[in-house]
Amino acid sequence: MSRTNIKQRVDKTLEQYPAAVYKNRKEHVLVKNNTFQEPQTITANTRTIPGIITNRGCCYAGCKGVVLGPLRDAVILTHGPIGCGFYTWGTRRNKGKTRGDELNLLNYCFSTDLQEGDIVFGGEKKLRQAIKEAVEIFKPKTVFICATCPVGLIGDDIHAIAAQAEKEYGIKVVAFSCEGYKGVSQSGGHHIANNGLIKHIIGTGDKVVGKYSLNILGEYNIGGDGWELERILKKIGYEIVSMMTGDGMAEDLKSAHKATLNLIQCHRSINYIGEMMYTKYGQDWLKVNFIGVQSTIKSLRNIAKYFDDPDLTARTEQVIADELSEIGPVMEHYRNILKGKTAALFVGGSRAHHYQHLLKDLGVEILLAGYEFAHRDDYEGREVIPSIKADADSKNIESLEVSADPEHYRVFLSKERYEKLKNEIPLNYYAGMIKEMDDGSIVVDDLNHFETEEFLKILKPDIFCSGIKDKYIAHKAGIFSKQLHSYDYSGPYAGFKGAVNFARDIAMGVTTPAWKFVTPPWKKEPMLEGSLVG
Amino acid sequence: MLDATPKEYVERSGLVINPAKTCQPVGAMYAALGIHKCLPHSHGSQGCCAYHRKFLTRNFRDPVMASTSSFTEGAAVFGGGNNLKTAIKNVFAIYNPDIIAIHTTCLSETIGDDIPSFIMGAQIPEGKYVIHANTPSYVGSHITGFSNMVKGMVKYLSVNNKKSNGKFNVIPGFINPGDMREIKRLLNAMGVPFILFPDTSGVLDAPMTGKFELYPKGGARVEDIIDAGNSTATLALGSFASADGAYELEKKCKVPQKVLKTPIGIKATDDFLMTVSKLTGREIPEEVEEERGQLVDVMVDCHYHYHGKSVALFGDPDLLIALTEFTINLGMIPKYIVTGTPGDSFENEIKEMLDAAGIEGKVKALGDLFTLHQWMKEEPVDLLMGGTHGKYIARAEDVPFVRIGFPILDRSVHSYLPITGYRGAMRVIEMISNALLDRQDRDAADEDMELIM
Repeated sequence: MSRTNIKQRVDKTLEQYPAAVYKNRKEHVLVKNNTFQEPQTITANTRTIPGIITNRGCCYAGCKGVVLGPLRDAVILTHGPIGCGFYTWGTRRNKGKTRGDELNLLNYCFSTDLQEGDIVFGGEKKLRQAIKEAVEIFKPKTVFICATCPVGLIGDDIHAIAAQAEKEYGIKVVAFSCEGYKGVSQSGGHHIANNGLIKHIIGTGDKVVGKYSLNILGEYNIGGDGWELERILKKIGYEIVSMMTGDGMAEDLKSAHKATLNLIQCHRSINYIGEMMYTKYGQDWLKVNFIGVQSTIKSLRNIAKYFDDPDLTARTEQVIADELSEIGPVMEHYRNILKGKTAALFVGGSRAHHYQHLLKDLGVEILLAGYEFAHRDDYEGREVIPSIKADADSKNIESLEVSADPEHYRVFLSKERYEKLKNEIPLNYYAGMIKEMDDGSIVVDDLNHFETEEFLKILKPDIFCSGIKDKYIAHKAGIFSKQLHSYDYSGPYAGFKGAVNFARDIAMGVTTPAWKFVTPPWKKEPMLEGSLVG
Repeated sequence: MLDATPKEYVERSGLVINPAKTCQPVGAMYAALGIHKCLPHSHGSQGCCAYHRKFLTRNFRDPVMASTSSFTEGAAVFGGGNNLKTAIKNVFAIYNPDIIAIHTTCLSETIGDDIPSFIMGAQIPEGKYVIHANTPSYVGSHITGFSNMVKGMVKYLSVNNKKSNGKFNVIPGFINPGDMREIKRLLNAMGVPFILFPDTSGVLDAPMTGKFELYPKGGARVEDIIDAGNSTATLALGSFASADGAYELEKKCKVPQKVLKTPIGIKATDDFLMTVSKLTGREIPEEVEEERGQLVDVMVDCHYHYHGKSVALFGDPDLLIALTEFTINLGMIPKYIVTGTPGDSFENEIKEMLDAAGIEGKVKALGDLFTLHQWMKEEPVDLLMGGTHGKYIARAEDVPFVRIGFPILDRSVHSYLPITGYRGAMRVIEMISNALLDRQDRDAADEDMELIM
């Protein structure tokens, strides 16, 4: 289909909406047009219209579920009725492994399970009691309190309780006001979690680290992705100070300010920490993408460029060569199966971009991509940030001001080197998704059910990469769907070995014999050959 | 695995650890999906709707469609009336259901949104319906939410127009679509005219046809729920999930009710069929009696697989009440029974059964899996039965595990195959037997490996 055709069909789809919805949604959808001189813009990070079947979640999900959840040594206490804690209990596949005798609470769910009386008379007493019990039973060094919707409304002062408990028990107790209704999606919760970690955790440790040291930000170790990154980076010779937050520990995060460089994998969920550490500790951040073979190679080379050490660069090239020779033939095998297939992607705030690289490695064409809770900079690049006008919903999320830490601020690159490198590698910069997308492909923000159904009908992709809520919608329509939040319980998909796992899983999904049985044979051939009965 | 769980039992009054329940709205959403061409609507933050859709989808591996009022901070402060009105308008315009079933959340309940008045002020197209149920997450559990939504269906829809329809109503409770199919099969086998609602069969176990249907073929018809007010009687299966709906029908439409156990196991299925037979005058047919005979045959032939084994049960109250009875009837010892749903009646009913069977067991409503795990550490059991979350305890304590109830997130096909009725009971026996025998095989020395068991 030509670009003009696609554009017409997209417009026709959106025109079916009631006027007010149409007016809103048309700003969230664009068809990439490479003939335009000016960059195309998109509206993002605004309210979803009530009644629209959206995939979006809430602030609590972004804070507790995404950013804090993977920290395995903290008691993460959900203050609220039972549901919120229950739904974020082990559901995200952020893996974590105990290495010594430290506490690992990943398989636990902690909640104050507020009852009607607590809502009426306040939940503070129960929260204090719950902290006391958690401290007595588990003896954690860190307790995080995450607020759910009613907590803000009934006025429980969770921050005062946290401060008091911190004093009483001599451990870190941090409260997060991440009530579900704040912001417009999970995104507000990411920001709140970032703020809390910067304010209370990062910078409080004093681990001694070496020169070639990294933090991996926005890597949640889904299906073991972080471990694959760790394997590759350690093989080259880097020291990983902390992973934020996959398989991470609050204890490790405390010394994150000591690392030389921050890598940012998921820009949306953690760029605030990256930026604040840059201001506060002078640490640069580098946007990386370890999804896809070519993008992994590029990311590794960019990191090597940053450190500019001949040995490290040589080791980087050696590791790349070794890894490639290991996965080359098998990737080629899957590429032969998948070449020429088409895909649509709708995922969180980074993967809809990252996985385009891996799919392209496999010869798959991208017809549509969209983010569930991204901001304009994730689409258009960080250069648009100054032009984003904060609306009432964004203003409700605290924008933390930090300044250079007199004790720990230090700069790794000379000014000249920084200026030079800035033009070569994405240093403290993310270019966003749209620039890389093909002419005629569709970009959709906050894709909803109606649009999913219609766009799948128009594009008929071979593969729809999304989440659990729309997976079976695609399957019922005869389109293979791959969950890119949970990886359908597979993985890792990152790095070199992960690419093979992904290729295998996609090839399996597209070719599994079940698809051939969708139409019963008696509906495909004439059945009147004679009769035994009557 | 679960290494931080100490053996010493700790009394807790503030902290719930590893819950054995979730919140009301997800149950309300599940119930609402059991109405044909219904779009459940979650009146609260987006996250609630997203979580509930995710959880139901993971359990059933089928699309779960529902919309949300998408609260923002402004709505939380000033009330969600405008959000709901906009939502109703958009849902009918874009998704065109026959009926919207609204449930509330802890957010909209805490701010005191008055849903009936919002509905009154909404634009509802001719011939369409909007119903609601109050489902505050800080009261009860998902089972309460299911019950409240069923009650809401009756309140808004059922009418007694003084003309008996000669049918009887069945409220099946929070069970799988496969179980709803099984109950319908038994009723059809008896030739009984009936109205079953809610009915998620054909909705959450819809076939693959190559075409997505926003509203699949299944689900109770709105006109049937309306007509339920003219039925001769209502059978509520499961006191926790179904009784309130039946009471409401009695109150509103004068339809007499009877509350039974969920027909899981031989005794509960006997009671169910006998009650239906007595109420309708229909005989229990030969083919169903044959199934019962097959079940008893299995119970006799295989008793040594499980007789005398102790079992820990957790999950939802209606399931546990039936399972306690059934495991006792299998000669097993239900030693620990834990539900997260509150209710003294649960503890009392289970205790009575244990006492009658001379079993010393522990039972807890409003309990959690941490408590159950601590009990199992103190005194182990031979088998654990419950939803997927139990697998961590099973591994930690190296105990065989049977998945039964809600949610089951790590195995498939369970939602299609019944555990109700005699054939369902046979399936439960198969699961119990297999788990115990697999364990015996795993642990057997080479010389003790049995070919025939």
